[in-house]
Amino acid sequence: MQSFSWLTSIILVPLVGAVVLMLLPAAKTELAKRLALFFSAVPLLMVIAMALQFDADSTAEFQFVESYSWIPTFGISYQVGVDGISLILIALSVILVPLVILAAWNDADDAIGSVKGYFALFLVLETFMIGVFAATDVFLFYVFFEAMLIPVYFLIGRYGGPGRQYAAVKFLIYSLVGGLLMLVALIGLYVASANELGEGTFDFTTLTNLNMDPGTQKLLFLGFFIAFAIKAPLFPFHTWLPDAASASTPGTAVLLVGVLDKVGTFGMLKLCLPIFPAASAFYAPVIIALSVIGIVYGALLAVGQTDLKRLIAYTSISHFGFIGLGIFAMTTQAQSGSTLYMLTHGFSTGALFLIVGFLMTRRGSSLVKDYGGVYRVAPVLAGLFLIAGLSSLALPGMASFISEFLVLVGSFEKYTVAAVIATTGIVFAALYILLMYQRTMTGPVIDSCKKLPDIRGREAVAVIPMLVLLVAIGFYPKPVLDVINPAVDRVMVQVGATDPPPTVQPASESNAEGSEATGEGGAGQ
Amino acid sequence: MNLTNSLTSFLGSATIEASNVDPTVNLPVAASGVFSFMWLLLALPVLGSALLLLLGKRADKWGPIFAVLMVCGAFVVGLFLYFAMLAESANDRPVNLHMWDWILVGNFEAPIGMQLDQLSMVFVLLITGVGGLIHIYSLGYMKDDPDKRKFFGYLNLFIAAMLLLVTADSYLLLYVGWEGVGLASYLLVGFWQYKPAAAVAAKKAFVMNRVGDVGLSIAIMLMFVTFGSVTFTGVFDAAPGASESTMTWIGFALLLAACGKSAQLPLQAWLLDAMEGPTPVSALIHAATMVTAGVYLIVRSGPIFDAAPAARDAVMVVGAATLIFGAIIGAAKDGIKDVLAGSTMSQVGYMILAAGLGPVGYVFAIFHLLTHGMFKANLFLGAGSIMHSMHDQLNMRRFGALRKVMFFTFLTFSSGWLAIMGVPPFSAFYSKDKIIEASFSVNFWGGLAALVGAGITSFYMTRLWTMTFTGKARWTEDNQHPHESPKVMLFPMAVLGLASLAAGFLLAGAIETWLAPVTGFEEGHLPISSLAMESISLTFVLVGGAIAYLQYRRGVPITPPQHVSALTVAARDELYGDAFNEAVFMRPGQWLTRSLVFVDSKAIDGIVNGTSAAVGGLSGRLRRIQTGFARSYALSMLAGAVLLIVALILVRM
Repeated sequence: MQSFSWLTSIILVPLVGAVVLMLLPAAKTELAKRLALFFSAVPLLMVIAMALQFDADSTAEFQFVESYSWIPTFGISYQVGVDGISLILIALSVILVPLVILAAWNDADDAIGSVKGYFALFLVLETFMIGVFAATDVFLFYVFFEAMLIPVYFLIGRYGGPGRQYAAVKFLIYSLVGGLLMLVALIGLYVASANELGEGTFDFTTLTNLNMDPGTQKLLFLGFFIAFAIKAPLFPFHTWLPDAASASTPGTAVLLVGVLDKVGTFGMLKLCLPIFPAASAFYAPVIIALSVIGIVYGALLAVGQTDLKRLIAYTSISHFGFIGLGIFAMTTQAQSGSTLYMLTHGFSTGALFLIVGFLMTRRGSSLVKDYGGVYRVAPVLAGLFLIAGLSSLALPGMASFISEFLVLVGSFEKYTVAAVIATTGIVFAALYILLMYQRTMTGPVIDSCKKLPDIRGREAVAVIPMLVLLVAIGFYPKPVLDVINPAVDRVMVQVGATDPPPTVQPASESNAEGSEATGEGGAGQ
Repeated sequence: MNLTNSLTSFLGSATIEASNVDPTVNLPVAASGVFSFMWLLLALPVLGSALLLLLGKRADKWGPIFAVLMVCGAFVVGLFLYFAMLAESANDRPVNLHMWDWILVGNFEAPIGMQLDQLSMVFVLLITGVGGLIHIYSLGYMKDDPDKRKFFGYLNLFIAAMLLLVTADSYLLLYVGWEGVGLASYLLVGFWQYKPAAAVAAKKAFVMNRVGDVGLSIAIMLMFVTFGSVTFTGVFDAAPGASESTMTWIGFALLLAACGKSAQLPLQAWLLDAMEGPTPVSALIHAATMVTAGVYLIVRSGPIFDAAPAARDAVMVVGAATLIFGAIIGAAKDGIKDVLAGSTMSQVGYMILAAGLGPVGYVFAIFHLLTHGMFKANLFLGAGSIMHSMHDQLNMRRFGALRKVMFFTFLTFSSGWLAIMGVPPFSAFYSKDKIIEASFSVNFWGGLAALVGAGITSFYMTRLWTMTFTGKARWTEDNQHPHESPKVMLFPMAVLGLASLAAGFLLAGAIETWLAPVTGFEEGHLPISSLAMESISLTFVLVGGAIAYLQYRRGVPITPPQHVSALTVAARDELYGDAFNEAVFMRPGQWLTRSLVFVDSKAIDGIVNGTSAAVGGLSGRLRRIQTGFARSYALSMLAGAVLLIVALILVRM
């Protein structure tokens, strides 16, 4: 299709970087860090170059497509390509990884594992993350999906803090259970396609055109959905996340919650809905109920946390509830909102985790009670923390407001009660963020914080780009929405959903059009 | 249905020629000429706040002056726009400036655009005018604060957000300004963050406002679902076609939003705590401008409330109840800012009451909003001037005899005092009396509340004035030399003092003509003559004032008396507003949060851990895995791969 294999190259560069890092002598830690930064910056530049050539209005479902037969016996191929949704998530991944590497510069200096290993794992993870978003062969998707576990498992288990082994195993077992269900569903899907087409396939586009009977759809859907719900995580599959996030280094937590978990919501939107439209419609009310519970439940639990990392993890559970709600509300606004939410949540939560990380390197604790009055000694750090928090509570003007509002307004169209309950989440969000800020940053400076230094140059460079992007997209989201919208429109067509029209036509139009529209408006009430 | 619709529309367009203009048909035209520069209104304060906050210490020296210049610049722009608007005929005045496409998803469209009409125009002048004066005043008031630059950065941010709120052309963009002022308020109330009380008050204000914002969110969603639009023109254009029940829901949701921002019952409790902020902040945000945003929202949404009588009545009830509620609090408090805060709650209650009267009251709601913006800012600045010379003393029982040492403050403050009581020819005489009259013409009880409220207002303000300026000095031992404030503070007080005197007289009559094309206006009809009504309300004012003067002119004990009526006890405790919130929301909420934390770790996670322990022996595995978790992972991967291949082969066969 095009001369240069963009996606494969982008997938491979970090992997090459990881290999290079591992070949370095263990003592050359500084060089390893710099190389890691370099090898994560290259994919960023490449994605920017690729995005500039991306044609948002293209009629093709995927662009930059590459397809090579892999295991022809089972109809499996190495097949990658991007649409607007996956492009956004790939962009999120390649932006976050270099920032995380920068922020995590000294994280592994005292770890049991080697420094180069730490950064190599980040790079390996980046490869798998890009791969999972770019895969257009469902089997390949599965391979990347499962492969992601390996670097994360080691990042938590070898480089994390107290409780890391418990958390790592818990993460692993949760994920394996989900993966196993997905595997079974994957095989089922293959059988279903074989039954219908005569020859089984894992090609995404072919699978979306199958006419599976609703009974099969419902079964297979569950296999995929539960795997994604664990990954995302949706209530009640969430309990691994706070443990994993609090045991990880902040950098790992950013990639775990910021990107890795998005694979779950991405899978719901890009696999579950298009391949199992009937089942998606069937399960939507249940999933919406779970999502709304998650929004309120996660927020309430966030209010009650005493550990900053756990607190942020619970806010994410609330936010994933919003994303799930938006995906299954099945309106254009809600789904575009959810897609944008995946991006904005990555930045705001990423920034929060990193700043908590900066606090931890200074004070050696992530407990709320170990901080107080930080604002007086480290005003810039506190200010950035507040801005990240304001984004997390979806302050209008920040990009996260647009995503959250689109989810709410889009859900309101079809699930009014759910949307209204979800809207109360904005009160809890204000509470958990501002309470956290109040307890740690304001008030008199407590003794142990008196010598806390303010933010350093490297740390600022890691965090500020995310906050700048959040504000910029908040006021000018068009470039991002223009990429997302056509892809979401396609999902809407695939799942066979339409937006309900407004119940009342504007007076000027209804007069011109005649009686029908107005009559409907009256009856619509 | 259609017939009536086209008929109304036909009549509507016909009435444009008549003086009684239907606001829904009065569409704004694209901005040109001077109006194409109205983005400067927003750009100047945005620039100010961005430079001051982003440049950090580099801007310490020139920052505050720069911020003052930005606001004054915005005021000058506002004046230009005002005169340009004045030159247009009444129906051509609304203009719209589309700046860029903001959110476009499916059929959801929200532009970034400004709409300037007669209603937003008066707000622009009030915000930049009073805002500019308070910026100047702050040069003196915050002179020795080490974080002065930040303070002015936040003030500019506030001005920008408030201007966005009143010039946005859609409800969604209004929302940005709406929470923007909330953020500025949060930053400024908590400006002295090292004081825990300030930090808590800031958070409380934001969170309680968020409860109101749920209402605004829901209103906007309902508008989109009903009309397919969130712009003012789109919504108002389609409004006649909607059912009353939909409009009522939207109306109630908007009222909830207004209650939050304007500190009306039941979301009033944050306002008194917000007095923890520096006094110029209280004057600008918690008196003159931000707390009146709810009034703006309701008046702006006139076409919605016109179609929702139940919601409109609810507005009236909320306003009437709050005006009494706030006045009673004001009558019992000893802190000078607390009294003024209760008073603000009460005066905004008057505006909300008027806004709940429909076209009979809209213009008077705005009229009183304008005069209140001036006299209340004046009163707060006066209070600030006193605090400034009394080592931040707030307790009026520690004042007394200040007339002699702060004569200039005494003069400007007295002007505000007479203005708020509604003594002719001071400003509220015109604006508040109009509200009392209009209320009586619509609903007796509403009128009665307004009338009684006027008496209580007179009581608490005279009490404040008497305790502060007259009698014997009750100053603390360490501060026996209160002094007049510097000129930079006195100048704004002088301007506002004059405005408190003259604004009502100058605006009376003109304001109706000016606003009617946007808000609509109907004359209310009283059973008695206007003069009789004025006499009755003046009697209430005089009696309330006289009681207070006679009671307090001989001074007050320094410790508040304990054997007082139950009402006084309750009023000192803000009529148990906080106690109510604590008992109904806070404590159950804390309990819920704590039990959920327990449930999550023990029950939900417990089930998971328990299940896995039962199935695979997680606990046993945990122990084993500590020694060789890499191997066991590889093993499980291998097992998975084998399973997969076997399964696929089986399927093939």
